[in-house]
Amino acid sequence: MRRIFPIINAVIAIGAGLSVLIGYFVDVRGMTEFRLLLFQWAVVVGGVAVLVGVWNLFSVHLQKIRAKQPGSIYSLILLFFLLLTLFLLIFPLLLQNLVSDDPTQANTVSAANAILLDGIIIPVEVSLMAVLSVTLIVAAIRMLRTRTDLPAILFLATAFVALLGIGLRSFLGQIPVLSDLAQSQLVMNILALGGARGILIGVALGTLTTGLRILLGIDRPYGGE
Amino acid sequence: MTSQTAGMLGIGIVIFAGLFLALLTLLYRRSPLYFRNILAYMRVRRAASRVVEDGTRLHISIGSANLLTPSAASALAGLAIIRHLGEVTSLSDHPPVTTTGSATLNLLAQDTLRTAHEAVATEQAFDMKNARLTGLTPLSYVAGVMPSIRDEKISTNVLIGNFGPEVGLLTEAADRQKTPVIAASDSLPAQAVLYATTQEPLIGEELFAAGAYTQAGPGHAASLLVQDILRWFIILALIGGAVLKMAGLL
Repeated sequence: MRRIFPIINAVIAIGAGLSVLIGYFVDVRGMTEFRLLLFQWAVVVGGVAVLVGVWNLFSVHLQKIRAKQPGSIYSLILLFFLLLTLFLLIFPLLLQNLVSDDPTQANTVSAANAILLDGIIIPVEVSLMAVLSVTLIVAAIRMLRTRTDLPAILFLATAFVALLGIGLRSFLGQIPVLSDLAQSQLVMNILALGGARGILIGVALGTLTTGLRILLGIDRPYGGE
Repeated sequence: MTSQTAGMLGIGIVIFAGLFLALLTLLYRRSPLYFRNILAYMRVRRAASRVVEDGTRLHISIGSANLLTPSAASALAGLAIIRHLGEVTSLSDHPPVTTTGSATLNLLAQDTLRTAHEAVATEQAFDMKNARLTGLTPLSYVAGVMPSIRDEKISTNVLIGNFGPEVGLLTEAADRQKTPVIAASDSLPAQAVLYATTQEPLIGEELFAAGAYTQAGPGHAASLLVQDILRWFIILALIGGAVLKMAGLL
């Protein structure tokens, strides 16, 4: 059985991949419906995977607390809020669906959701973005010390022109030379767009060959030799 | 161009590339290909051999790509790295740790790491907690990865997958621990951030060369060659289109 399962997995994965690919390019009767059905299954599997992932997160942090590893206090806080969120969001929903017909239950859920989202998640993520912007400025300054080749200097000069010419325009207004340069046809439509397209074509080709390796069974990310 | 013509052209390119890939994979099974040196991948190989000797561990993070979107390809490139590095380092005292920001991707990372572990260390039990989901949004994922970089005797961080500009927080966390970072992303903003924050950034399609440069098999080497062939076709098409347009024929 240990040998048969990987073969069955490969047959299913390659068959599903080919069906989706053909359905994407050619409008064959029945193929589009089959492709959508596969997508629906993938979405359901993805939903179940979230539950498995949350359990993984829970067990990793529980182990950290048990082993009294460094930083386990943060794991404790994480688990407390994980359980609190489950309690606040899932149980009222279950009660609402299973026991009660009271429409005010839905309001309780949305109020708890609003507190968690607006009071904790968004402020914390905005703070991280602020830390990130400072980190990037420090990294750019540090880059001047560690790398002084031509590409690095061009990179920093472009970042400087874009930041002052476009990024800070709402605070500083139009800066005579920098704003004109940053918004010029040469910078925006030729240099920046051309460079970005070149990189994206490379990424697209890499994506294509990665997909083909899976369709040909060369790569098997679903396990097995 | 009608949608049907575009569809036929697309399927033609896929069939052409697929046939080339299969053919070259068979061809290069006997005589391996040699590529130019990419410093970042040389570092990955060196790091893998070092962790076995000095009792540290590798951290591999493959981002937060959704498997139903095109960005999943970058994560699949990351899985090839997990497979290879997992096999090389599973026998060490501290097996590698993987982190992801997507639940489906975490299942694949767990399975890949387990397969790599069982390929070399059948005696030891595999710990599923070595593959971790750290968060479901890009920033919560990054926030969850930072403690792993700090607390787990990590000697090298390999970040290959779909990251946004928030990857700068991970490179900064690694820099504070004085541990090297080898990083690549399919997103342009993240590539700009990585260019500024890492020693040897991987740009564009270099991300997809991970398998070929870590000896994951002839299929990976052949796919690099197919990419090159297709790139030449695109270059010729672009130049041809420009010439035809200048001549007023397009």
